[in-house]
Parts: sequence; C-alpha cells; structure tokens
Amino acid sequence: MNEVALNIDGVAASVPEGSTILEACRSVDKPQPTLCYLENLTPVNACRVCVVEVENNRLLVPSCSRPVEEGMVVNTDTERVRHSRKMVFEFVASSVQMDLVDEETREWMDYYGADPSRYGNPAASSLDRDSRHPGHHPIPDGSEAANVHQPIKVDNDLYVRDYSRCILCYKCVEACGEDAQNSFAIAVSGRGFDARISTEFDTPLTNSACVFCGNCIGVCPTGALMFRSEYEMRKAEIWDEDEQSVTRTICSYCAVGCNLDLHVQDNRIVKVTSPIDHSITDGHLCIKGRFGYEYVQDLGEMASTPIDIVLARARTT
Amino acid sequence: MDLRLMDATATADEIAAVDVVLGPPESGWTGGVMTAADTRLAQGGYHAAAAQRHLLLPALLQVQSEIGWISEGAMNYVCVRLQVPPAEAHGVATFYALLSTTKRPDRVAHVCDDVGCRDRGGGAILEAFGDRDDVVPSPCLGQCDRAPAVFVQRAGESDVVLGNSEPMEVELVLGGGSAPPPPVTAPQVGDGSLRLLRRVGVVDPAGLDSYRSHGGYEALIQAIGMSPGEVIAEVKVSNIRGRGGAAFPMGIKWEGVAAAPESERYLICNADESEPGTFKDRVLMEGDPFALVESMTIAGYAVGATKGYIYVRSEYPVARQRLEGAIAAARDAGLLGSDVAGSGFAFDLEVRSGAGAYICGEETALMNSIEGYRGEPRNKPPFPTQVGLFGKPTVINNVETLMNVPDIIADGGAAFAALGTEQSTGTKLFCLAGDIAAPGVYEVPFGVTLGDVIELAGGVTGSGVLKAVLLGGAAGVFVGTEHLDMPLTLEDARSRNATLGSGVVMVYDDTTDFRAILRRVAEFFRDESCGQCVPCRVGTVRQEELLARHLGGESLDADLLAELAQVMGDASICGLGHTASGAIQSALQLGLVGD
Repeated sequence: MNEVALNIDGVAASVPEGSTILEACRSVDKPQPTLCYLENLTPVNACRVCVVEVENNRLLVPSCSRPVEEGMVVNTDTERVRHSRKMVFEFVASSVQMDLVDEETREWMDYYGADPSRYGNPAASSLDRDSRHPGHHPIPDGSEAANVHQPIKVDNDLYVRDYSRCILCYKCVEACGEDAQNSFAIAVSGRGFDARISTEFDTPLTNSACVFCGNCIGVCPTGALMFRSEYEMRKAEIWDEDEQSVTRTICSYCAVGCNLDLHVQDNRIVKVTSPIDHSITDGHLCIKGRFGYEYVQDLGEMASTPIDIVLARARTT
Repeated sequence: MDLRLMDATATADEIAAVDVVLGPPESGWTGGVMTAADTRLAQGGYHAAAAQRHLLLPALLQVQSEIGWISEGAMNYVCVRLQVPPAEAHGVATFYALLSTTKRPDRVAHVCDDVGCRDRGGGAILEAFGDRDDVVPSPCLGQCDRAPAVFVQRAGESDVVLGNSEPMEVELVLGGGSAPPPPVTAPQVGDGSLRLLRRVGVVDPAGLDSYRSHGGYEALIQAIGMSPGEVIAEVKVSNIRGRGGAAFPMGIKWEGVAAAPESERYLICNADESEPGTFKDRVLMEGDPFALVESMTIAGYAVGATKGYIYVRSEYPVARQRLEGAIAAARDAGLLGSDVAGSGFAFDLEVRSGAGAYICGEETALMNSIEGYRGEPRNKPPFPTQVGLFGKPTVINNVETLMNVPDIIADGGAAFAALGTEQSTGTKLFCLAGDIAAPGVYEVPFGVTLGDVIELAGGVTGSGVLKAVLLGGAAGVFVGTEHLDMPLTLEDARSRNATLGSGVVMVYDDTTDFRAILRRVAEFFRDESCGQCVPCRVGTVRQEELLARHLGGESLDADLLAELAQVMGDASICGLGHTASGAIQSALQLGLVGD
C-alpha cells in the first residue's frame, strides 16, 4: 500500500493511503481527544471534538474521518482548534451528566479549560424528553441551562439506560445496527437538542428488537448504558473498581473462541467485556458471553456477600 | 434481519393510505394476508422490499395526510412493507415537524411567527388562539408577501395555505371550511423584459400549450440538437452561479457530474425553500411550473442523468400540485419519458415532498431525506458531484438557478452574461417583505443597489424610517442604512461581509424590537438544527438562552455569544451551524441590540 506523507504540527508523518488524520496523529504520538470515535465502529464525526486545522480548508476538519492527503499540513493545537474543543466539551458537559467519563476525557477537558458552569444553573430533570415534537420547544427565559436530564430507564434485568448521560455519539446505534449486531433495536429519534436514542415509540427494550447482546454498553463512553449489576452496585455504593480484577478467558458456550474479560469484585463477576483489539470479537459479544455468567457463580443458599444481597434484591423488585 | 414489530395492527384506512404509495403487497411476507402458497414460497422478499426504502417518507406522509397522525399500527405496516426496522422508521417520523406520532386534531393550523410574519399579524393570531392544540407556531412558510401566513394540515383533505390571514379565517378552516389557493402574484407582472418572471402571472400554469405559446420548450429542442458537452459549454460561458445561497458555479458542477465514470447519475432540484424570508422559488413554481420541468430536462440531458427529483417543501401544496400537473402533461406530450421529444434521450421527473425540516434544504440532508433516512447532513467531502443521491454522482441546483437554463441555451451564454456584472451574471430575484410598501418577488440585474430595490418595491413603510435590512434570510446578515448604496452582487456583498443568500431583503423600520426578532432567529435555528453535531445542537440552544436573558432585561453577554458563533462557524458539520449566528452577530455589530 502506498504511503502518504503529511505534516502534523511541524512533524513529518507517513501513513498508509486511506488512513485518517487521527491515525496519522497517533502514528507520531500526538493523541487527539475523541468522544464519538471508536476503533471498531464507522466514524460518524458527530461530536467534533477531534477537529483540526488543515491548510487550505476554510473550516475545521474532523480528524477521525478525513483521509490523509499527500502534502497535507495539519495543525492540532491552534487557537481555533483549542477554542472549538473547549466549546464542544463545555456544550456536552453543560447538557449531559459527565461524571462517569474516563480519566483521559477528564484530562482533555482540563487541558482545554472547559468550564460548563458558565452557561448557568442546570435545568431540572424533564419527563417529556421522549415525546417532544420536532420544530417546537418551550421558549426559554434564559434563567437556566437546558440539559437532557431525565429519569433513568430500567426495564429489564440485564442493563439500564440513563440518558441523562447520553452525549448522542451514535455509537450504540452503530453497534446495534450495521457495525456489529444488525438488530436495529434503537435509532436516533427526534430532532435538534431533543434528538435522543430511542426504540420505536419508546417501547420497553423487552418489546423491541433488542437481543440483549450488550454491545451498546460496550461502546458507550459516558456510562449512559450500564450493566444492571453495576447500576445496582453503584446505587448501593458498593461498586469499587479499585477492588476489581480483570481476568481474561475464552467463552465456553460455543466454538467461536470469543475472549472475555471477567471483571471480578469480592469474588463475584460483576460485568463482562471483550477486548476491542481481539481479532474475533472486535470488542463485541452475544448475550451468552456478556450476560450468561451466572452459572459459574450460582451460589444458591450461599449468597451472602453484600454484592449478592444487592443483586438479589434488584432481581426481585 | 428479522423485523420485530410492535403489538399493533394497522386499520383498513391506514393500510389503504400506505398502499396508495406502495401498491398492494406482493405476498404475506411483506404485509399481505398469509396464504397457503406463501408458506411454501417466499416471494417478494426482503431485498425487493428493502430496495424501496426511499418510499419511507412518502408512505409516512401519506398516512399523515389521510389519517392525521401515524399510529403504531400504521408504522408497523409501513415497516413490514419496506422491511425497515421500526426504530429507524420512528427515527425518521420524529424528525419532521409536519409528521405526528401521537394522535392530534384532524386539522392543525401552523401560524407563521417568524421574522416576516410575527409583527404583521402572525403573533396576534397565535395570541388569539391561546393554548389550543390545533394552532401552533411555525417557522417561515414562504408567504412573506402576504403576511401573516397560515398553513393548515387537514386529515383526509389537501393541505391549504392562507395568506393575509385573520383569526376568523383560521377558525373557519379549522372548523371544516376550505380556502382557495392565494393567487400567484409578482409586482412586476407583465413586464416582458424580465427573464425569470416574464411568464409568471401571464402563462396558464396548468397549460402546456399556453407555455409553448410563450416560447416554452424552444430551448429544449435547441439543446437536444446540441451535444451535452456543448450545452455545458454554454452554461460555463454564462458564468451563472447558484442562487440557493452558496453561489457555486453551475457549469463546474455540471461538468463534474458529466465527467463521472458512473453512468447512473441523478439530478435534483432543491425546492425545499425554507430560508426565512424567502419565497421566490414558490412564485416560480406556482406561476411557471413548466419552465422548471423544461429546465431540468435540459440539465438532465447535459449531465447524462435519466432521473430527476424535485424536492418541494410540504408547506407549498400549490407548487407541488402544479409541478405534478406539468410533469404529467409533459410526459403525455412526449417531452419527458423514454424518448424526450423524439431525441432518444430518456429522462423523467418525480416530485418528492419534504415534511417540515429546514435542514432538508441542505443538499446532503435532502439526499438522505429522499433515500428514506433522517435528514441529517453528510460530511463533505465527498461532494454530491462524486457521491450523491443513492451514492451516485448528482447535480443538485436550486429552482431559480435551474430556471435560468432555457434562456442560457436560447440566447447563448454570452448574451446571458451581458446582464449583471462580470462575476455576478444575469438577473437575480429578491424577496422584498417586512416594512415595505409593495412586498413581493422582484427581478433585477445583478448590480442594482439595495436602495434601488427597496425603492422599486415602493419604499419603507411602518414609521417610514429604515433601521436595518435582513439580507439573505436567517442565515444571512443584518445591514444598516450605510449599505443602501451597495450594489447587489455576490462580490460586493462579500467585500462588505454580507451575503445575498437566497435573495431575502427583509426591511425593518426604526420601531422594530430587534431583541425579539433575534430571539426568534435563535429559536428558529434551535428548532431546525438536526441535532447531529455538538456545536450546532447545543450551540443553538445556548445562543437562544443568552438572547432570551437579554430580552428579559439582563445585559447581553456579547463575548460568550461570539464564542458560540466561532465554534458553530468553525466546527459544525453543515451550513446550518455555520450560519446560525451570522444574523445575530451582525445585529450586535450594528448596535441593533446590546447595552
């Protein structure tokens, strides 16, 4: 494959033809912030936090999806780039609960000096996010900053949807659809600030096309989609990642050979993921691999740890 | 993919509405009644159905139009017919303001309270009806020359438009009455020296013979006597630039598609005229629909497209109906179809309706809308000339732009370019409205000054003292009286940091409350943002909040507004975000608002 030479912040880079600017940046050890980008999904370039300045381009360019061109001159740390990134982080964080994002994102927000508080006091949680009509919204008086805060959706035993944390990165829609599972149980509904991830007519997941593979949880960057176990443990304030170990194994259900990462706390499996760079799964699993682990810890009468008690209580309510 | 449908069944009426668009189902597998034969043979299967995804919006629109809303049962039936996952169909249905997925009154009046109508009766109508659920505010309806405008959706009957409307008339129509379509008017009617408007109000919009007796189809006959390359060469000589707002040279666009390696190519006429203050394309389509059909036929011939779409906003029912009539008449006369005018060239046209979404005037959003997806703009590059409708090379031009084609062919590109300036050739339509004596669409050569155009329309009314002009619509800029001497050309507008945009000249006198106007502009962009990218989705919300605070009496945070403007302009995906703060920023610079 042909190599393409370009210049990034004054540093010469050379990457295979067809690579993106983001990949080129990474090749010369210049990481860029991303929110909607993930290696195992098609870039939707919706969040715009990875924008860079490319010479002879009037507008900033999403590095996650723009292919490199020979001789391209890219700048990732200009005033314009820093401003856009700061604002995108502020926009997201002033309208969405971001307390569960990863450490790297937090560091980027600090780096760009994002201050979401300057848009005013957050509005109260709303009950009508799923029924708002496109093209109409209540006229604001500006006394508070609109946000997407809303009640959490708990309609099954396997995972919960907390759309107060949803930045609309489209990753779950892609994972549910063409990029992984081909179930198409969820899509973006509504328009503008009222756009939301939804099943048809907001029907519960159990009535939808959802097959509970959990691949949407696997790609969610903000904790909006979460294992029920994690959700219940967090609620009971016993979720402790520092106390968790991760053990890699191979799924025992069929012969495909999916790698599983078992997240274990207090000798209990609390969630299951798959490594994104695993050649078989690309990070995706099926319902059995992701959720079918109870048989290895079917404790029956032995259930006694705080985790067992919390999860047992959740199951019966 | 197996569809998982909702637990709901379509009524006979809903099924009939969908079948108007899709025809009867082929088998029990795609929505028909399961028969014994179906269980042995899966005919009319997934791929055939899924290939019709582009009929999703037409099917949903038909249900909305016939039934008045889209129920779960109706959605199920559409989904099984087209093999579209219900979640996706719901995502599409909830994207459009004129589709409802909840039951609502059979008749709903959409009352314009946008930049043109709000202070000329639109706001008063809304006030008169209070909280009624069958009267809702609407963004610009493209009827600014007969403000206030009202658009009424009527279940089971055709939608109607009311101009110069009053609460009593709205009440009558909501109560079951009807209203004739407002007449097509252009103040310069009968002026034979005009190019684009010369037949409007003169020719019978329903009569092919009438059109031909006014010179219609002479250009097409001439064009098919030329090679496609020669047609494009004339267009290039004319140096015509797009009239939709972006001012891209039409000849270069055509050349790109004509040279594409793929033989399947498309032509689209962007008739989703939704820029607040704009109504020129409506006047052209309502007054001279055959001219658009002829123009597109020539364009299709030149670029080698065999299929053209006219994407008309739903709020233009008269334009849609007249275009459909013109297409049918042209087809009957052999001027469309498998052998256009005996030339062997095959070309046909289809009208597609929008459903209430300004963003679908963005070219790639429009393509997604036609294809049956949410009207979210695509990232560019690739550009539509390379990867357009259905992934094929596509020419997309605005109505006014295309309507120039027959004259370019008939008179030659050089003669066309003789009017106007070197860089802005030909004539331009301007939409005069607001505090102006004779609102309407005016055609003038590029280069006439802003002051001249305002005088042409009878001068400023209201207090009689001009304060500012909104040029180019909500996506344009406000200019003050110091620019009355500005020649209306692309280059002069650019050098003065203005834009002609879609040709809006919205005139405001010195009694205007610009804080309220700006808050409405901000509301418009907040409502019309597709929501795909963060800068626009949240930026438009924050912008409106800041202006609302100012309207409420707080001092204006101009610095933060400028910061919002910069990120929306720099990092949004499409033109909506790029221009969402232009008018507001220009108003601040002019001192129309602020402390």
